[in-house]
Amino acid sequence: MRYLLSKEALRSELAERVAEESGQELARCYQCGKCSSGCPLAEEMDLLPHQVIRLVQLGQVEEALRSEAIWLCASCETCSVRCPKGIDVRGVMDALRRIAYERGLKPREPGVRWFEELFLQEVRRRGRLWELGLAALLNVRLWRPFRDISLAPKLLMKGKLALRQDEELPDRKGLEELFERALKGKGEGEGEGEGD
Amino acid sequence: MTSVMGYAYYPGCSLRGSAREYDRSAQAVCERLGIELLEIPGWICCGSHPAQVRDGLLAVALPARSLLNVEGAEEVLTLCPSCFKSLKGATLKLERDPELRERVNQLLGSDYRGGRRVRHLLEVLASEHSEELKSQVEKPLAGLKVVCYYGCLLARPKEIVDFDDQEDPVLMDRLLELAGAEVLDWPYKTECCGMSFALSKPEIALRLSGDILAMAKEAGAECIAVGCPLCHANLDLRQREIERARGLELNLPIFYFTQLLGLALGASPEELELGKLMVDPYPLLRGKGLI
Repeated sequence: MRYLLSKEALRSELAERVAEESGQELARCYQCGKCSSGCPLAEEMDLLPHQVIRLVQLGQVEEALRSEAIWLCASCETCSVRCPKGIDVRGVMDALRRIAYERGLKPREPGVRWFEELFLQEVRRRGRLWELGLAALLNVRLWRPFRDISLAPKLLMKGKLALRQDEELPDRKGLEELFERALKGKGEGEGEGEGD
Repeated sequence: MTSVMGYAYYPGCSLRGSAREYDRSAQAVCERLGIELLEIPGWICCGSHPAQVRDGLLAVALPARSLLNVEGAEEVLTLCPSCFKSLKGATLKLERDPELRERVNQLLGSDYRGGRRVRHLLEVLASEHSEELKSQVEKPLAGLKVVCYYGCLLARPKEIVDFDDQEDPVLMDRLLELAGAEVLDWPYKTECCGMSFALSKPEIALRLSGDILAMAKEAGAECIAVGCPLCHANLDLRQREIERARGLELNLPIFYFTQLLGLALGASPEELELGKLMVDPYPLLRGKGLI
């Protein structure tokens, strides 16, 4: 892949935005690759963590935002602990995800996308997460309704999963508004019902 | 006689769902050590990882809403490392960033000024209760070969887990040694288990968790101690699937560290809800004369 480097790209608003959102000074990275060598998800990624950092350094943020890698980061922080230049690499990956959402880009991985969306939707509606509900909704969304169904009877028998969320839910007053105001203008609204 | 210390307790969603035995066993341990847990009234979900990668403001506002409900205690105690990260991370951000604090207060219609200290039970026990723990052991876990698995979030990041080593954490090892267990050294203490990929991309979680289980077996462990509901689900719930996929016999019970401490302190298997574990721990514990 060839990239056209320009002063404009290097100092673009988007590159500034990544620096601001992550709080990291990416010019410090000298591409040693330690983050990528310790990354447990590296073998699933289209771009390795140090390559994502390099793209941002060179002002090619759009390319980084389009990668699968930013959605496959498990936020395990191994990279951040080991970076010899003290860069919080996980923080950069998280920042890129937030910026992608902000710009209305959806996760390239449907499983990851629906997990995050349904998780927050549950919290928004109930104030707490009901795990069985989330797992069931997710499996339906991903067209694999019977995944893990063989585990269900044993889990229910052991009382590890409640069939309904039976505990008293917290006061949800203002919760809907909290979500709405926090996410306003940040890619909100075009979520549900859209294809992958 | 131990003096009673009170903490505002934030259980979190998993501890009232798939990880009820973590909640129950921690309460049993705290009760015996004179640690009082006052559940935060009306707590809501911390937002966890999905909120953190979705929006910076939301990721702080959700934990802040629960922290505003804290009454009658200076310090907040939690067990789930993901809740711990969200809650402690939020308090640190609110203290350091007046502009963010203002935005969160506007959003919540509150006047939060920070000042809450969020702590994890592992650190509270290790730093303040190890003497009592040692003296109150009724049933030493003699001969029980265990490896401690911290996962990502009981070891990292430094800003949150400022009480242990990031690459080689030891607090859980120390506590279980006090309880008389034979704690083995092994190299996978802080490897990632695959986290919520268990639901969204299961093949990833099965690969990573399988590596951890296989390494524990190789290190000679008879069981694994954990402190995270997600790690627990990946290693316990998925263990049969991993055994089938790898053609391995693992049969490694996965305990919450609080269940093992509770056992040493004389709590019954019922009180510790050992029956909730998917990989049956009874044969191992019977063999060691622990139940």
